[in-house]
Amino acid sequence: MFAIVLNGSPHRCDSTVTVADLVRELALQGKRVAVERNGEIVPKGRHGQTQVAPGDKIEIVAAVGGG
Amino acid sequence: MNTVTDPHVIGAEDPLVVAGRAYRSRLLVGTGKYRDFAQTRAAIDASGAEIVTVAIRRTNIGQNPNEPSLLDHLPPSEFTLLPNTAGCYNTEDAIRTLKLARELLDGHKLVKLEVLGDPHTLFPNVRETIRAAEILVKDGFDVMVYTSDDPIVARELEAIGCVAIMPLASLIGSGMGILNPWNLQLIIDQAKVPVLVDAGVGTASDAVIAMELGCAGVLMNTAIALAKDPVLMAGAMKKAVEAGREAFRAGRMPRKFYAGSPSSPTTGLIG
Repeated sequence: MFAIVLNGSPHRCDSTVTVADLVRELALQGKRVAVERNGEIVPKGRHGQTQVAPGDKIEIVAAVGGG
Repeated sequence: MNTVTDPHVIGAEDPLVVAGRAYRSRLLVGTGKYRDFAQTRAAIDASGAEIVTVAIRRTNIGQNPNEPSLLDHLPPSEFTLLPNTAGCYNTEDAIRTLKLARELLDGHKLVKLEVLGDPHTLFPNVRETIRAAEILVKDGFDVMVYTSDDPIVARELEAIGCVAIMPLASLIGSGMGILNPWNLQLIIDQAKVPVLVDAGVGTASDAVIAMELGCAGVLMNTAIALAKDPVLMAGAMKKAVEAGREAFRAGRMPRKFYAGSPSSPTTGLIG
């Protein structure tokens, strides 16, 4: 287990986890979300091969109502 | 000059053309502050808007995964979504937000840039807005930019390559209407890209005035969402934008300080 910061809050991850695993764990698979890892966009096509590492700052965003 | 590429609106009379794409509706609407998604959708349908703004925010970790999302109700196949940078107070946050939006919407390039300068007035920070616009345009974004109603700033933003200039009519969410039509007129007269009033419209007559001045369109959110009956107000705004546009195109009669010319014949009076 290791710690990351997910959307600004602490989050525990299993030893080996990809961005795709994380998205699945959060039940966000198939939803319209975008992921940023340490300030860099992780394109959808690379979620499965992008490893999450200890201390990573991950942002997962969606579209919401706004003006 | 932009060319019209959308086959659905080629031939449509008097389309709004933004970044080479034509739209029938000159009313752009936001999606915030509604009671629920059903009301959001009903109001947007009543408004006739084709371009709708959305905000980009962190997903709620741990929320019910089956909770409906905004885009379930406003699918990108039906609307041109315009991701915005509302809530950003510097260039870096604005750029980060729009890169996430581009990823979220499969490479979508049309965006609304707004960089705020003050949490109480929501006045734009023009220096940061210009910086962000330069970077975003170089990165290939089609930038519709929210700004103050300063003609010099508008000119600079156009020179940078923004595809639409969107000055405020009054403060965001204030409903105070068009406070400086003279500045808007200067901006409209000099611009070669569409000028849209963004922010400050309170009721239908404000939208009419904006369009009569020659604005290419109006973007609004609160005026519809916080009306007592948002769906009814959305329909009123649709008509207001259309009426204002037609009056602009028709060309108003000259103003006269004295009534010089009766509308009825001056001969053949009885008695």
